[in-house]
Amino acid sequence: MGDQEVHALSEINLEIASGEYVSIMGPSGSGKTTLLNVIGLLDRPDSGRYELDGRDVTDLSETEQARVRREKIGFVFQSFHLVPRLTAAENVELPLMLAGIAPAERRARVDEALLGFDLRDRAQHRPAELSGGQRQRVAIARATILRPTALLADEPTGNLDHRIGAEVMALLEGLHHTGTTLILVTHDRELGARAHRHIAMRDGEIVADEK
Amino acid sequence: MKLRDTLHLSLHTVASYRTRSLLIVLAIALGVAAVLVLTALGDGARRYVVGKFSSIGTNLIVVLPGRAETAGGFPGAVLAQTPRDLTLEDARFLGYLPQVKRYAPLNIGVAELVAASRLREVTVLGSTADLLPIRHMNLAQGSFLAQGAEHSAQMVLGAKLAQEFFPHGNVIGQRVRLGDRRFLVSGVLTTQGESMGFNSDELVIIPIDYAQALFNTSSLFRILVEARSRSDITSAKEAIRDILKRRHDGEDDITVITQDAVLATFDRILRALTLGVAGIATISLAVAGILVMNVMLVAVSQRTSEIGLLKAIGAPSADIRLLFFAEALWLSLAGAVIGFTLGQFGSLLIRLAYPQLPAWPPTWASIAGVTIAFVTGILASLLPAARAARLDPVKALGGK
Repeated sequence: MGDQEVHALSEINLEIASGEYVSIMGPSGSGKTTLLNVIGLLDRPDSGRYELDGRDVTDLSETEQARVRREKIGFVFQSFHLVPRLTAAENVELPLMLAGIAPAERRARVDEALLGFDLRDRAQHRPAELSGGQRQRVAIARATILRPTALLADEPTGNLDHRIGAEVMALLEGLHHTGTTLILVTHDRELGARAHRHIAMRDGEIVADEK
Repeated sequence: MKLRDTLHLSLHTVASYRTRSLLIVLAIALGVAAVLVLTALGDGARRYVVGKFSSIGTNLIVVLPGRAETAGGFPGAVLAQTPRDLTLEDARFLGYLPQVKRYAPLNIGVAELVAASRLREVTVLGSTADLLPIRHMNLAQGSFLAQGAEHSAQMVLGAKLAQEFFPHGNVIGQRVRLGDRRFLVSGVLTTQGESMGFNSDELVIIPIDYAQALFNTSSLFRILVEARSRSDITSAKEAIRDILKRRHDGEDDITVITQDAVLATFDRILRALTLGVAGIATISLAVAGILVMNVMLVAVSQRTSEIGLLKAIGAPSADIRLLFFAEALWLSLAGAVIGFTLGQFGSLLIRLAYPQLPAWPPTWASIAGVTIAFVTGILASLLPAARAARLDPVKALGGK
């Protein structure tokens, strides 16, 4: 927080179609995470417009934005961000709870998700008792439990070794194949190259956008 | 988010941070317990004193010679007045008043009691048969001074004296000597212990005529009067003052104390005292509130990334505020319940240690203690909850 105003992003003009697989790459401080946060409605642009699913969401109230985030966006973080005192199942259940879904239905959907991510026998374990790969799988299960239209992944393999990272990527790409828009932020070229569309950023601006 | 889920999730959180929660609960519980125990003590003291006062009689009016009042005016203007004595005749006139149910003239002195080759000084009370019901005394054996038998040399012994002089029982009908006169023991009082400065267990009661002869006096120490009912007390007091003034040549030279007035005064003083200690105990609850606020503020900064995550997965600020609010609610609830139990238990211990003291926490104190615990807990969570809700999700997530 300095005196000088810093433009994390400027002159961004970007359209991502539903069901695309996009990677956003660039050095640290290039604004890629900020762009992802704006897309995920965690950050508000100081000026400009943002339309999600054909609806202008720039000026929605805080509560409305939270609702859109819950229903349309799934976040996957580098450091997983699981709640340490909740079990894997409870972590996955959180978005359902926030959405006010009844406990019986919650249970069924969590079971289904845990089964789908091969976490059934880890359901009652806390994050501290899980391996990195398992933690990220829990995080992905949590991000997708409400079937969002877009999955935003910020360095999802950053804290994982190569083999586990590849497994997690396969999982994310599998979700993309079922129709979810996948937006991946990374500085790993190899990883970024797997996407169908590559956006390169530098100093808050998009410098390349190739399909 | 559904209220039920909010409550459940916050309870889960409270249970997870065991040390932190225990600390807060303890602080609140001690505050509540302090309110309960201290008010139990205060109210117990009040009930004890009031009980003692009530036990000496019902609707009691005490008439004593002399005027116990400071007169106004400048110094030196007050004439020294010799109070006229109260006499048996005065007492008899009081008995004619319609508001008076019964009366007992009283003389008091010290004399030597000799019986069964034992000797000791005893406090002697001279009175009439009505003293027994007026003062709520009870007989263990035998009979009290017979009605209208002021001239028979009867004597009633206090329980301890009877035990001392006649350890083998068989007290009734024994001949004893008091001063230079002989008496016949007609009854023994039950053990009553000390009440209002008199230990009736070490007392000797004889007919008033004998007492006056014994102490060579014609004046009375007190006249105890029992009014017919509570509502008669005020008018009885006026009538007594009136009749004695007329008998004393228009001189208002007696003092009339009603048990009610004394009782009310003590009641008021001790109630104020109880309120005072309750207030002091409440301060400890306020301190607990500040502790709660501190600990919750620390909790918010510790859980910053978790709050960010909740926001990222779609929790609106209101939900987050409610979550922290609910945590405070649970902590206050636990603190109030434990404090209440602790306070009741502490009061029980006091009652066990001092059986004479009815140390029950008054209902208002219990309600106030629990309510204040809730209010402080919730007030203390307002700031931390607002701070959590205001957190910028991007910064919160990046914080870790």
